[in-house]
Amino acid sequence: MRAPAAAEANSSLDAVDRALVIATQGGLPLVPQPYERLAEALGYSAEEVMRRLQSLLERGIIRRIGVVPNHYAIGYTANGMSVWDVPDEQIDEFGGKVGALDFVTHCYQRPRRLPDWPYNLFAMVHGSSRGEVLAKVAIIANLLGSACRAHDVLFSTRILKKTGLRIGGSD
Amino acid sequence: MPEAISLDAVDRAIIGQLQGGFPICPHPYAVAAAGLGISQEDLLARLQRLLEARVLTRFGPLFQVERMGGVFLLAAMHVPPTRWSEVVDLVNSFPEVAHNYQRESAQQCAFNMWFVLAGESAAAVAATIRRIEEASGLPVCAFPKLQEFFVDMRLPVRV
Repeated sequence: MRAPAAAEANSSLDAVDRALVIATQGGLPLVPQPYERLAEALGYSAEEVMRRLQSLLERGIIRRIGVVPNHYAIGYTANGMSVWDVPDEQIDEFGGKVGALDFVTHCYQRPRRLPDWPYNLFAMVHGSSRGEVLAKVAIIANLLGSACRAHDVLFSTRILKKTGLRIGGSD
Repeated sequence: MPEAISLDAVDRAIIGQLQGGFPICPHPYAVAAAGLGISQEDLLARLQRLLEARVLTRFGPLFQVERMGGVFLLAAMHVPPTRWSEVVDLVNSFPEVAHNYQRESAQQCAFNMWFVLAGESAAAVAATIRRIEEASGLPVCAFPKLQEFFVDMRLPVRV
């Protein structure tokens, strides 16, 4: 569960993997044989491309392959980042409980930035309305009880950019 | 940014069932289409249309940049309203900025712009933060992940 603060260079990607990441980060080709198409563009065999992608998937470098919906367009027009100030000694317990709620899509511990920002637990909640999100946030508040010293909900009012990873520096 | 195109049952099935598990095989669209009970041509045409209408932001592999030695970093700024559009353009101009959201809270929280930087190393991301600070003259506050308790962005279609 612990997310290491990754500081080293991209040791697990060799040149071929890296070329594949760069070739697919914008999306897969919409043609009947997309891996064949990638293979032609990169100068490898289709078998090599498929074997490499499978290995990237198995190593968790690719989390999944599929559609990435725009949450607004599929009905989640309210997107609330709920933030909580809970005692550091209890962060594992509370992070685990909040992360286990079925309506929380990500849950992290992050540093406080005092005095502006006293919150150390972040939980993202999506819904069709702000009312729905706030009702879910109330469930989290109830779960944390008096251990929670303060909380806030930041609603997104506009998506300013959503492109995802872009490495390679040549878009 | 939300686009008003109507989705039919097949579109909803594509979005609901294809958020992962797209096959790695010579004819993956044919395999995925068979699972949905439609033709390969129909699936390709619908994906094209959903991407063009921005119902989908992408179709393809989703990378976990940490597993390749890279970093995802959440950062926030307080941007004065008078400088809003100029700073949006500046921040978005960096390819390392993967997402950027305007946010507000009932409690008037200190930060109104929240973005995620994705880079191949911690040093590259730190350098981008410095460049944003220098070019904007505004401080950028970083919120690195200390612990990940849960992540799964897949959501059922509601429309």
